[in-house]
Amino acid sequence: MTETWILLGAASSMARAMARQLAGEGANLVLAGRDMADLEAQATDLALRGAASAKAARFDARDAATFASIIEAAETLAGEGPINCAVFVGSMPPQEAIDADPSLIDGTVTDSFTGPARFLQMLAPKLEAKGKGLVIGVGSVAGDRGRIGNYVYGAAKSGIATYLSGLRNRLGRSGVHVMTVKPGFVDTAMTWDVEGMFLVASPAQVAAHMLKKGRKGRNVLYTPFFWRYIMAIIRSVPEPIFKKLSV
Amino acid sequence: MSWKKHSWAGWGRVQSATGELARPERSAALAPLATEAPAIGNCRSYGDAALVSEGRAITMTRLDKILLFDEADGVIHVEAGATIADLARILAPKGFLPAVMPGTGFATIGGCIAMDVHGKNHHGAGSFGQHVTEITLASGKVLTPDDPLFKATVGGLGQTGPIASAKLKLLRAKVDVMMVTERRAETLESFLDRLDESEATYTVGWIDATATGEALGRGILEEGETGAGLVPPAKRGRKVPFNAPGWALAAPVVRLFNKLYYGRVPAAGRTLVKPIDDFFFPLDRIHDWNKLYGKKGFHQFQCVVPVTARGTLRSMLEAIATSGLASPLAVLKRMGPGRAGHLSFPMEGYTLAVDFRNRTGTRGLISELIAEAKAAGGRIYFAKDSVARAEDIPGMYPELAEWAEAVNAGDPEHHYETDLTKRLSLRSAK
Repeated sequence: MTETWILLGAASSMARAMARQLAGEGANLVLAGRDMADLEAQATDLALRGAASAKAARFDARDAATFASIIEAAETLAGEGPINCAVFVGSMPPQEAIDADPSLIDGTVTDSFTGPARFLQMLAPKLEAKGKGLVIGVGSVAGDRGRIGNYVYGAAKSGIATYLSGLRNRLGRSGVHVMTVKPGFVDTAMTWDVEGMFLVASPAQVAAHMLKKGRKGRNVLYTPFFWRYIMAIIRSVPEPIFKKLSV
Repeated sequence: MSWKKHSWAGWGRVQSATGELARPERSAALAPLATEAPAIGNCRSYGDAALVSEGRAITMTRLDKILLFDEADGVIHVEAGATIADLARILAPKGFLPAVMPGTGFATIGGCIAMDVHGKNHHGAGSFGQHVTEITLASGKVLTPDDPLFKATVGGLGQTGPIASAKLKLLRAKVDVMMVTERRAETLESFLDRLDESEATYTVGWIDATATGEALGRGILEEGETGAGLVPPAKRGRKVPFNAPGWALAAPVVRLFNKLYYGRVPAAGRTLVKPIDDFFFPLDRIHDWNKLYGKKGFHQFQCVVPVTARGTLRSMLEAIATSGLASPLAVLKRMGPGRAGHLSFPMEGYTLAVDFRNRTGTRGLISELIAEAKAAGGRIYFAKDSVARAEDIPGMYPELAEWAEAVNAGDPEHHYETDLTKRLSLRSAK
């Protein structure tokens, strides 16, 4: 049966890569984000690449009024078929900018945590009613530990990871699977000019990995896989030592 | 937009640059950069055409969407960062192909325009730019073929500024596979005769650049036609994991390889069915094949000479064969007159392309070949060159001054200059 996917934050490079793969599989795609010109262009492109349908929809994590119509659009496209959702939204102002203007915390937490969480909370009953479906939520390795360089972003990502864990617990009871993804360094706009990047993965690799493991029922996915070990080490550093590190 | 300090190399890996790159992910991020720097694509130019040392360049590879496909008119509107292979893959099942495809599918649409590339069907279909019906620059300016700036942009080495998107007139063809006929040509004369006589839509000749004496200029003529039928399963690309050692392409190894390669086609010729990619982009299956030349990299020499200059080809091949520097990658092809820009490479004649290991004597040999091409009334290809000097160019490209005037008017502060345009002082031409 044709899958219907909602991609939240569809203009991000990881979402674009996932959309291309899903188009190749012939899925219905709802591309939700803020840059409507880009999303409309993507919709045309994805339809030519094999998507059963592709539709641009406005999503603003800071404007909950945009949420309901996205869910309705997906329901119309899906009919009796499953609805899946992948969440790529988030924002990461430089920590120095937040230090200078603490009000930036509100937007960061809304973009990366409470906005998408509220959207998923609205979607959850629909998925429960269908009794099937897959939710892929993108957290970050930054959420595993509060680090000096980006602890506000990290805190928001930690929040969404805990939320996803709870949502998994809830939706698993009705046959809907929720996977939390923690990407390491991925070659996106966010990491483009950051120094000290290593073993950077392409968005296409990461997207393919997410789909494959999500469909197999993985609960938490580090991608590329070795980040699981890197983060295991980082998590195991005792706090008295960790607080002195600048990793 | 953030700029990242980066070092990158041309495909031949002899020349490299350290500068700053921006990589817009969406078209909204491209417009503000339009006047800042030249655009680069997948850096498949062999020399320094895509290099900007101590300057800035815009990497276009993430802007690769198809914006519109008009099946009735056979026109596609596509962002500049899309690759030719990507387009071919999407279009072939719909009964279309890009009208002109260069030898690598990794070339971007922007790059194909900036080099006015040609394909194995140049004698019939002309150059890439002849099938471009509209170019939208990142500045928002829209160029149609009758706009004076169109001729400065097509083949214009990026000097009119980044290209955002272009409309291409497509070839309507039911293509599942390529029917390829391979025939031996035992001497240069018979090779050239066969190229002249060939009536195939697509032709390309592999030439044994190590053969001497009687066998000088021998090779294999490949003639291809598009066909419908069963598609052989796609093979996974292989990667070259490390730099090959120096002896891998030493003269005796190459001579032996070429002998075997020549001998694999039976004397009577043969016809086979090939996947589209294998015929058009034979080297793309091996990712990073440029590493086969080792750390020192390689140069490619490509020239075109008029049909009357058969003697020049002979003398070039003699110099190449005796140098012991040639690799197995050498191509001879007939070109038609088709070209679309002031600095377009094609002209009616024969084009010869040979890869050389980067060793002592390579640059000297290529310099001689450049001089011979020029003396014969031919020219060299900017997408390949890494050796020429500024004084070599003017006679080769009669419209150079006209082009320079047009691009200098649009970019008086020279933001779009690349290492290539500086090395050859192209924009100072009077």
